[in-house]
Formats: sequence, structure tokens, C-alpha cells
Amino acid sequence: MNAFVPHGHLTRRNVLGLTGLVLSVGLPGFALGADEPQKFGGDAMPHGIQDSPRTFVAIAPDGTVSIVVNRSEMGQGVRTSLPKVLADELEADFKRVKVVQAPGDEEKYGNQDTDGSRSMRHWFMPMRRCGAAARQMLELAAAQAWGVPVGEVQAANHAVTHKPSGKTLTYGALAEAAAKLEVPARDKLKLKDAKDFKYIGKQDSLLVDAEVIVTGKSQYGIDTRLPGMLYAVIARPAVLGGKVKSVDAADAMKVPGVVKVFQIDPTPAPSEFQPLGGVVVVAKDTWAAIKGREALKIVWDDGPHGSYDSVAFRKELEAAVAKPGGKVVRNQGDAEGAIAKAPKKFSANYYVPHLAHATMEPPAATARIVDGKVEVWTSTQSPQAARERVAKRLGLGADKVTVNVTLLGGGFGRKSKPDFAVEAALAAREMGVPVKVTWTRDDDLHNDYFHTVTAQHLAAGMDAKGKVTAWLQRAAEPTILSIFMPDPKQMAPFELGLGLVNLPYDIPNLRIENPAAEAHTRIGWLRSVNNIQHQFAAQSFVAELAHAAKRDHRELLLELLGPDRKIAPPQMGDDWNHGESPTLYPVDTGRLRGCVERVTKEAGWGRKLPKGQGLGLAANYSFVTYMAIVVEVKVSAKGELSIPRIDVAVDCGPAINPDRIRSQVEGACIMGLGHALYSEITFKNGRVEQSNYHDYEIARMNIAPKKIVVHIMPSSGYDQPLGGVGEPALGPIAPALMNAIFAATGKRIRQLPLKDQLTKKA
Amino acid sequence: MTTLQINGNSMTVEAGDDTPLLWVLRDHLGMTGTKFGCGLALCGACTVHLDGQPVRACQTPLSAAVGKKIITIEGVAATKTGKAVQEAWVKLGVPQCGYCQAGQIMSATALLEQKPKPTDADIDAAMSGNLCRCGTYTRIRSAIKTAAGLEGGAA
Repeated sequence: MNAFVPHGHLTRRNVLGLTGLVLSVGLPGFALGADEPQKFGGDAMPHGIQDSPRTFVAIAPDGTVSIVVNRSEMGQGVRTSLPKVLADELEADFKRVKVVQAPGDEEKYGNQDTDGSRSMRHWFMPMRRCGAAARQMLELAAAQAWGVPVGEVQAANHAVTHKPSGKTLTYGALAEAAAKLEVPARDKLKLKDAKDFKYIGKQDSLLVDAEVIVTGKSQYGIDTRLPGMLYAVIARPAVLGGKVKSVDAADAMKVPGVVKVFQIDPTPAPSEFQPLGGVVVVAKDTWAAIKGREALKIVWDDGPHGSYDSVAFRKELEAAVAKPGGKVVRNQGDAEGAIAKAPKKFSANYYVPHLAHATMEPPAATARIVDGKVEVWTSTQSPQAARERVAKRLGLGADKVTVNVTLLGGGFGRKSKPDFAVEAALAAREMGVPVKVTWTRDDDLHNDYFHTVTAQHLAAGMDAKGKVTAWLQRAAEPTILSIFMPDPKQMAPFELGLGLVNLPYDIPNLRIENPAAEAHTRIGWLRSVNNIQHQFAAQSFVAELAHAAKRDHRELLLELLGPDRKIAPPQMGDDWNHGESPTLYPVDTGRLRGCVERVTKEAGWGRKLPKGQGLGLAANYSFVTYMAIVVEVKVSAKGELSIPRIDVAVDCGPAINPDRIRSQVEGACIMGLGHALYSEITFKNGRVEQSNYHDYEIARMNIAPKKIVVHIMPSSGYDQPLGGVGEPALGPIAPALMNAIFAATGKRIRQLPLKDQLTKKA
Repeated sequence: MTTLQINGNSMTVEAGDDTPLLWVLRDHLGMTGTKFGCGLALCGACTVHLDGQPVRACQTPLSAAVGKKIITIEGVAATKTGKAVQEAWVKLGVPQCGYCQAGQIMSATALLEQKPKPTDADIDAAMSGNLCRCGTYTRIRSAIKTAAGLEGGAA
């Protein structure tokens, strides 16, 4: 088992020193001209892809293979999965692999944004190429050492063998000579045949960090300790755009251990990834800083968002979706006309509140400034963004900033925004010694980049047989763009493409509208993002239509999917398509049908259940992955819910690390159940009303399903483009749950969370 | 100066009597395996054992820990049960981000010390105070049963 290298040693320079790195010179990236064709996937991300073994592989004389992972570990297993891919192609023994975390440096490591369910999707092939290139270099070095044709030698299990003579040289012995050879060009690489894979696609629950995690030795951002370090907490404005009017720190300074109180200027809106500002309390330990902050007397100027109120805003959003006139984001046929004329019609409204990420490790960062150079240790999904924002705020070149990536105690999109890293750098500058900034739980819930809040109106027309002939959907929700630009009121393409416009249903009349909505708090990505509300509404509505037409939900859903076909996403008004090529990644309705058929078979769809029990179904396409879920619930006469079983069918193309696919889907189901059952952030007078896990509740052991069975659909091979895995289950889990509750009780839940809707008297 | 008995060792710290054990461990002694999650005993991330009982270190003032045998995640492997729990966690691939798992392991170990063959209801009762945002509960349940010898340990 590999130990996580203490993150103080994770700089590029120290990697060289620690591992006896012998493959050490980087390759420049490709620069495409303006007339080049549009790029997709990893190539289209900032700084694109890098695939040189000189960047990602080092082999020490003792045979230890160091593999650099450029993505952040936040529970998805990326520090295990990506190195295993490289090791497999390299023919390295994974027991002799040491995983090294890259600091933020995208010019060297390629794009490092760990979000969008795309680490494996974008880096599977580059990591294979890295491993294959290094293997071929080792083979050539061995052939040259023996003076034999390279075709007579073969790398396997950490050594190269000359087949005719049986001579063998270990990787450790060959590394130095191999490092002097040219890296083979991409078209000269010989990738392994899938039948020879040792790690790729194999069931194995090994995690490189498991040992340090279970023994308490793991290092998260919040665990950083530096000599002479001080500890800080910050009183931030509770209202978006708020400012300190006056502060009296006299009592705070009397708290034993408090060293200093100072202010950070707020970042003018839109504040993007920069800090909200506020009053910093620096102390000799975290507890003293917290007590010092409690003793501050601050008068705030709330600014224009001081009247933000969730109850009033919900009415505003519901009024917006009640009438036509919103921006038309997809239109085919005449949905309104067809609904008006339809023999059967049905409509419903759905509401999904703000959510908070509530990562178990709250945001935290430690910074040290020495000789004008800043070094940050933090739990970040975007180390390059952290580096650039720290540099910008401190007026330095990015080359003066190093961001070391620790393990993340949860990310879910919160830690792609590095405001807390900038706060730590500002505090370190102020104090002249290293400072750790810790967010307390109430900070985290009060000043998150919240999941948006959404009202939707859906209406449909059906023919006499209950076939859906028209679909109208209106969704009003403040946009994530609001943290980047002044007062946008409509969704961005990347939000529309998260389950709103790209409904792959075979309906002749379909219209989707996006009425305006204004943001009054920071809105940000939260795992699965807009799918949470879009799938909740659409997948609940399909079940509602089936019930209204007295039809089986599964049968109606399959009818809506229509004949198997591959739809180019732009045809549905989705020009974004998760940044992927519409040719490589069309929406394949046959794959979604396959998931629905598999999951309903596995879950025993249609079986007779006792009173108070029910099955609920939902299926979706998101993050270029196909998924269908069946939830089984039991609801007691008193309205108490339990979940005996969940079945999930997932078609994400080739399954590279099946155990981590299962664990991600299991976890996403449970996280989504928690949201659907309990979680809600509300605002009054511009302020979040919740403060900790007692009033922002998430799933606990007692509600967790007794069993989650993840059925991974077979792929057509490793050449098939990969789908994302971390996020997709968040979309269908809530509607599948509510459809199951309806089946069990006849009660239809159209607003999340469930809370006491089953137990309270109507 | 206050002397504490932690994982079988005597350790001295200089901190106020009301300082929560959590911050004494983390900031004063550098034992960062015990995690901060909520500060109000709502999430269980900071669970340690005081004389064998699972407690939340964030709500345990230093004064209440004096004279007690404190076991943290760094020391729990010294017991057969703690070791078995850690091994089951690794074998079943329980951790995702891993941040809550120290607290989960401390609660699970305390459960198995008191009830070597726990039922699902026992697990619900003992573990529902330990939050996991990644949602590893199904594997935690399996791992507890594996450590108890009740299950083979298929993930």
C-alpha cells in the first residue's frame, strides 16, 4: 500500500528530489491555430491534454514507479484509477507504484479541473499513451543494451525480457537509459490489447489512500500544519454584496490566544472565485479564533440583496413559469396548440430549493509567503484556478504562486471555487507568517456557492390511447453565470444542456422556455448541477402522465424514447453536449432503453407488492452517460419511510474501474436521497436561515438503503467513448424515489425536500 | 499545563480548560486524524473514545478529558476490534473522500466492543450520528458486519 506523500513535499521540485526522477524533461503542448477545427473533450479544456511520460512517469533505480496524478482526489478514486490505467499500459506492478499529486500547473500537466465527471473520460487515453510510450522506451533501452532487435524483447511485470535468450532487465535497471530515448510519437505507440489488461476493467476495491485514511494519517487541506503557523476564521457578510460598516474588535482582542483582527475588502459583484471579504480573526489556535470572532461587534451594510426571501422568491419564480413569454430554448411543432386540442391533458408544477454542498471537510486553506513567493496547501478541485486567483488578488505573476493539492474531504463542486485559498494568501500576507483559514460549518452553510432554486411548469397533451403528443416545460432558475457577469437572467448553454433541452423523447410538439430569474446569492455547481431539478420535474412528470393515462410507467417511458436512434445534441437545442463532439457523443436512445429494460428486469418491475410498498423508476442521459434507477420503498401507516433496495443500470461505455463506478453510483444515490428527503437552504432578510447539520440535514445511516445494486452495462469495447460516472445518479434518484412513494402511498410529491409531507395532515 | 492520556501515552498541553478536546488534539498536539465537521456534535467526524465510550471531541472540553483514557483514530488499531474494523474498511473499499471515516471507524469500533454481533438496528442506532456526505453507508454497514464476522465482505 502506498502512503500518501506528506503534502509539504508535493512540489514539482521535490518530486524530482524524492523519487530519483530520471524521465524529467517536459514536452511542450500543441498550439492549434485559429483555423483549426473546433476542439472537443479534453482538448477543448483550458490547457488541454498532456500525455508525455516525461511529465507523468518516473522510475527510480530501485524500481519504484512514480505516477503523477493531475486530478484532485475527492472520493471518486481518481488517485487510484488514473495511475492504474498508466501502470497497466506500462506493465508496471501496481504494488511498486507510488502516486504523486501534481500541484496546480496546467501548462505542464494539462487541464486539472476536477469536475464535470470527466477525469477518466478525458484522461483514459492520455494515461494509456503515457504508459505505452514509457514501456516502449524501456523495451528499446533493453534491446539496445543487449544489441538485439526490439521486436525480440517484451516488457511484462516491471521487467523487460529477451524472449530468445530469456535474459531479463528490471525497470529500475533500465530507467536511466530509457530516459535518454525519444518519446515515441503517438502514431508509433502500441497500446495493449484489452485481453492483456491487468488492472483496467478489473473488479478490485483497492484504493491507494485507504490505508492512510483508516489510520488517521491522511492529509486534507484542513490538516495542514506549518512551523510558526497561525489560525484564522473570518466573519463574512451574510448577505451577498454586504460590507462591513463598522467593527469593534476590543472584546475579540481580549480573548486569550487572539493575535490580530483585520479586514479583507469585499470583491465587487460579480465576485467570481474571489473572497466575499469580511473581518479576519487570527489566533494561536482555531478555537481561540472562533471565540474571538464571537466577540466581534460588527455592523453590516447589507446592500441590495438584504431583502432576499425564499418564500417570496418562490412565488416570483412560480409566477414566471405560469405564463408564456420566457426565452424559447427549444421548439418543435406547436406544443401549446397541440395541448389545447388534445383529448387528454395534464399539467404540474415542481419546486426544488437551494442546496448547499456541505462537504464534510469545510473549506480550508493554508498559505505561506516567503521572499515574494506564495505557497498554498488546500483542498481544491481547481488548483490552476486557485493559483491564478491568488496571483491576481496579490498582484503577482502566477509563476510566484504554488498551489499544493491535498486530499479533499468532499468537493461536489464547492471546492472548484478557490475563494478560501485567496483568503489564506491574504491572511498570510497580513501576518507575515503562515496562516490557515478554516471555515466553520455555519460559514460553509451561510456563504456557499449554492445550488440554484427552481420552479418549473410542465404540461402535456395525450391522444386517446395515452400517447404523449405534446410537451411544454418552463423552468425559471437563477444562473451560475451570475457569479461571472452582471445580472444575467437566463440560463447558460451548459445549464440548459443539463437535462432541460436535451430530452431525447419522440414527441412531435415540444417547447421549452426559460423565463428570466435573478440571482440574489452566489450560485454554483453542485454535483449533477441542473439535472437535479430538471430530471426531478421531467421524470416525475412522465410517471404522472402514465398514471393520468392509466398506463404502466415503464411502458410509457419506453414509448417516449421511441425507436432506437442517435440524436445529434444540437438538434435538441443542446449546442454544448458536455463539451463533447456531437459525432462521437450523440444521444443514443437505444442505450437509454437498454438501461430501462435492464434495471426494471433486475428490480422485478411489475411485481405485486404489499400495501405501503412501491417501486419507482426514472431514467436519464447526463454527463454523456445513460442511467436508469428503480427505488423500492416502504411507507408505514404513520408515514415513516424506509428503502429496502435500489437498482441502478449505468451505461458509461467501457468500465475502467468497476468498483469505483459502483461506489460513485452508490454514494450519489445516497447523497441524492438526502437532498430529496431533507435538504433545503432558505433565505430571510438576505441571510441563510440554516446553520449546521441539525437544520440542513443530509442522509444518515438510518435512511440509507439496505442494498444498492449497480448493474454496469456491457460496452462495445475500449474504443467506445467513455461517459461520466460521478454525477449522473443525482438526477434520476429523486424522481425515482418520489415515483416509488407515489406507488406506495398515492401521494405525489412535487416540491423538494419531502420533509414532513408524508406525515403531516393535509 | 494539563496532562492527558492519549493512545497509551502521557501528553501535556497548555490550553484553556474549556478548549474542546478536538482542537487540543488537532492544533496543540498535531493529531489531525480526528476531524472537524460541525463543532456541535451533529456529524460525528471528531469521534474519539473516552474510557471506551465514543464521544464527540468537539463538545468535550479539555477538563472533561483529564484522567480518562483517550483513544483516537491514530491509536485504535492497538485493539483487536479496531484493527479488524480498519481492515474491513480497506477490504471493502469503504472510503470515498475518507474525511468522515475516522469518526465512522471510532463509532463502529465502540459498537463492536459493546455488541460483537450487531443487528441492522444496532448499526442504525450506533452509526446514525456519523454523517458521510459521499454516501458510503451501505459499505459501512457491510464492513461492520465483515469485521464482526457476520458477512464475507463482498462489496
